[in-house]
Amino acid sequence: MSLDPATVRRIAKLARIRIEESQLPQLERELNGILGWIEQLNEVNVEGVEPLTGGAQMALKLRDDVVTDGGISEQVLANAPDRVGDFYTVPKVVE
Amino acid sequence: MSYVIEGSTGPWEVVIGLEVHAQVISNAKLFSGAATAFGAEPNSQVSFVDAAFPGMLPVVNRECIAQAVRTGLGLRAHINLVSRFDRKNYFYPDLPAGYQISQYAQPIVGAGVIEIELADGSTRSIGVTRLHVEQDAGKSLHDQHPTKSYIDLNRSGVGLMEIVSEPDLRSPEEAGATIRKLRSIMRYLGTCDGNMEEGSLRADVNVSVRRPGEAYRTRCEVKNLNSVRFVMQAIEAEATRQVGVWESGGVVEQETRLFDSARGQTRSMRSKEEAHDYRYFPDPDLLPLVLDEAWVEELREKLPELPDDKRARFVREYGLTAYDAGVLVAERATADYFEQVAQGRDAKQAANWVTGDLFAMLHRSGRTIEDSPVTAAALGRLLDLVADGTINGRIAKDVFDAMVETAEAPDAIVERRGLRQVTDTAAIDAAVARVLAANPDKLAEYRSGKQKIYGFFVGQVMREMKGKGNPTLVNEALKRRL
Amino acid sequence: MFSLTLAGTRAALRAREFSARELATAYLAAIEALNPRLNAFVTITPELALRQAEAADAALARGEAGHLTGIPLAIKDLFCTAGVRTTAGSRILAPFVPPYESTVTSHLLRDGAVFLGKANLDEFAMGSSNMTSAFGPVTNPWTRRGSNARLVPGGSSGGSAAAVAARLALGATATDTGGSIRQPASFCGIAGIKPTYGRCSRWGIVAFASSLDQAGPLARTVEDCAILLTSMAGHDEKDSTSADRPVPDFAAACARSVKGLRIGVPTEYRSDGMSPEIEALWQRGLEWLREAGAEIVDVSLPHTKYGLATYYIVDPAEASSNLARYDGVRFGARTEGADLTDMYENTRAAGFGAEVTRRVLIGTYVLSAGYYDAYYLRAQKIRALILRDFTEVFRKVDALLTPTAPTAAFMQGERMDDPVTMYLNDVFTVPANMSGIPGLSVPAGLDGDGLPLGLQVLGKPFDEETVFAVGAALERAAGFSALPGIRAGMEQ
Repeated sequence: MSLDPATVRRIAKLARIRIEESQLPQLERELNGILGWIEQLNEVNVEGVEPLTGGAQMALKLRDDVVTDGGISEQVLANAPDRVGDFYTVPKVVE
Repeated sequence: MSYVIEGSTGPWEVVIGLEVHAQVISNAKLFSGAATAFGAEPNSQVSFVDAAFPGMLPVVNRECIAQAVRTGLGLRAHINLVSRFDRKNYFYPDLPAGYQISQYAQPIVGAGVIEIELADGSTRSIGVTRLHVEQDAGKSLHDQHPTKSYIDLNRSGVGLMEIVSEPDLRSPEEAGATIRKLRSIMRYLGTCDGNMEEGSLRADVNVSVRRPGEAYRTRCEVKNLNSVRFVMQAIEAEATRQVGVWESGGVVEQETRLFDSARGQTRSMRSKEEAHDYRYFPDPDLLPLVLDEAWVEELREKLPELPDDKRARFVREYGLTAYDAGVLVAERATADYFEQVAQGRDAKQAANWVTGDLFAMLHRSGRTIEDSPVTAAALGRLLDLVADGTINGRIAKDVFDAMVETAEAPDAIVERRGLRQVTDTAAIDAAVARVLAANPDKLAEYRSGKQKIYGFFVGQVMREMKGKGNPTLVNEALKRRL
Repeated sequence: MFSLTLAGTRAALRAREFSARELATAYLAAIEALNPRLNAFVTITPELALRQAEAADAALARGEAGHLTGIPLAIKDLFCTAGVRTTAGSRILAPFVPPYESTVTSHLLRDGAVFLGKANLDEFAMGSSNMTSAFGPVTNPWTRRGSNARLVPGGSSGGSAAAVAARLALGATATDTGGSIRQPASFCGIAGIKPTYGRCSRWGIVAFASSLDQAGPLARTVEDCAILLTSMAGHDEKDSTSADRPVPDFAAACARSVKGLRIGVPTEYRSDGMSPEIEALWQRGLEWLREAGAEIVDVSLPHTKYGLATYYIVDPAEASSNLARYDGVRFGARTEGADLTDMYENTRAAGFGAEVTRRVLIGTYVLSAGYYDAYYLRAQKIRALILRDFTEVFRKVDALLTPTAPTAAFMQGERMDDPVTMYLNDVFTVPANMSGIPGLSVPAGLDGDGLPLGLQVLGKPFDEETVFAVGAALERAAGFSALPGIRAGMEQ
């Protein structure tokens, strides 16, 4: 699988990271290098193998339905780069 | 008699699928211990997990899972004992982690069915494809500031059930009926309060059109409809739009749209222009959800009676018509009220009073049955007073009005206002005699054949007796004298 | 004072040979003197450390010494520490002050430890050299014989390892996702263990690759690591992947005999290009264990060679999702933009370094529509095969012995041209993360340049005790006593 500039741009958009045009060639090279190296995995026969999901082979524990958290708006807002009153803010979105 | 949109080239069928998002009734959120109550101060019901701070991890709330299972059982659906949480990745300010924890590949509930009744009395079975649990997003406010949108994460992480229907619906009415029925089932089960104005129940509709007999054409999604009325209007508006596109030689593009209720039209959602690539993958912070079969059975056993079963039982046990029973079971509180009134009494009478006078009064005063000034016990007592002849039906209505106004017990009102029914035949006979004597010309008319004047005499006698005459005895007396 | 191990210092404190305050003061002075050269610490916390040391002295005076009372530690800057800046080695978190304490560090605080500061690391724990930190690279306190060239300490826990090796801390917390504890331990001549996945809680640790990340200690000796791990480990309800198992007495396990244990040697770990020195050290390690009464068995882990490539699909995929929350809205640095998308793109471009950007993009790609089956799903299946290999092998043996890294520490700036070259550092360590099993690196010898080389012990899930026993036996036999040129207590 080889990436072309358009694909790199599309992925960068999905990942919300700005990539300058000047960075594209090197990035494309590096990413293709990594992906090319990963191609070796196609050799492996995975017929009938169940994928491993997660590193822990245990039962999922469930919590009781009790309110144990929240009511900490100051702490939750303290690190916000642009806070107005009790709200986080972002540049205005038009839907 | 199916629903069609009449285009310039002929009729078009509408194909509709529903995606309903129902907020789970629970104390705490799906993956965090913050509270879920509506209307709190902004960002006051937010834990670090809900705000996706570095290093935070989700822990599943058992009650949210139980609510999803109960709803699935209420939809007669298959419960998947093993299900999985997946991440749905996209960027939006009300989605703090940049992904929503949902269920994609293996939902907790599989195929089920919703039975709906339409206005013409027909019924249909609407297929449910699946139900899964997922996190709700926070709220963005776009009108508080000229250049900024405000973000409140109180709702972020509240448990949602997403219920997807098969594309079995063919009209706005069917869609409306399906949402109403689903809402009723969840209210019965106590799994969602179905309050569309507050946003605890939201519907997205997938709409496409086709000429009768054709295969499916491209569909569009209309999102965030927060009333049944808007759902129905949006379907019609969107279907009409699509017919217009096809008939003018265009092609309907798959897209997401919003309903502008003021204009009665749908419009494209600008922020969703790009096709979303959600990159679903199993959430590595959670393990597969494995339900104990015995636990599911326990939930099943403890389920309250569902609306359809209750309606059937009302018809069977109380001899009500399907229609009356249907009206009474629409809300569980109403059904419970009715049953309390009907216990040991004439069920038909009870049904008439509840669906008639009680409903009218509640509607007039803008109240719900939960805060009715006349309790089921009090109404039952009123019916007893009619049944044992203490008062007649006409007087009972006056007593009811007085009960609404003063919250007094019916017995007290009857005594205080001297409303006891008169059963003294001598007194009745005397009243009849007085009325007939006072209206000789009407009497003559009646005796010459005008049967209809009988009603006039009844009315006059009742007035004479201040409404308290026993109707049966009044009729007997009148017939004797006429 | 600096020549004492953690265990030795603990005993000395309890015997009141010196106070916790004296100890903390000495370590802080050493940091002040040497950190400018090594850059092992991103943030130094002298006031906090002295306050904690004073509380420790009060507890010691009352006779209420806890498991780690008064012991000065470095905390990898990936662990959220309440009220103390936590950067993850990234510009995007440079201003972040967590209002909560990670579970692992809260255990250490509960047991009376003293926090000297936050240790440097590769940005978001992505790297094997500590060259990608936004706060500058870390320098290995070891140098090649006759050379002044700066070497890497390994990564991503390079700061933690350098601090311990240079005796700027008695121990350090670290995390290991693909070898980030074990490889730096090997490069810096110290011990380090990645416990079984689920042994330590991940709550409050900046997430990188959720199914692989695991916290663990770095310290001078195997016993020191065992003491620290005892404190760090334990079930946490707030982490759904945390194992509900009691924490054994790991330190006691270090004294266990290895007589009768079967030690596996995986054939596939022997590669054609393996350096003769490492091959020789490996053989020596096997000999030491034989002499201690263990039986050496040849075993096969057929899917070994696919471990790295599999890792470099799973790790970026999970990371791309875990790092989506760094968007300038609720915490961290923000760069403004004309609209929302602009703001996100600017913030993340300014905040993420090159390696992080590469991994997020690879991860986004392998999860994207049309590629999920070919990459991520396939990788998770191969991962299942890797686990199966280990499960089969552990029916026959109790532990495995392998080298920790293919080379000794390399120069700063080396291996940076091609990302894949850097990734190859992890070839021996990655399988333990993919399968979740515990792995310990023990300093075993020096190479021709006088640089430390480590040997790795791999064990069964939740059998860290056997791993510690074998590791301690190796340590005793190796008698590794060399010290780096740059360290506290040395006149420089």
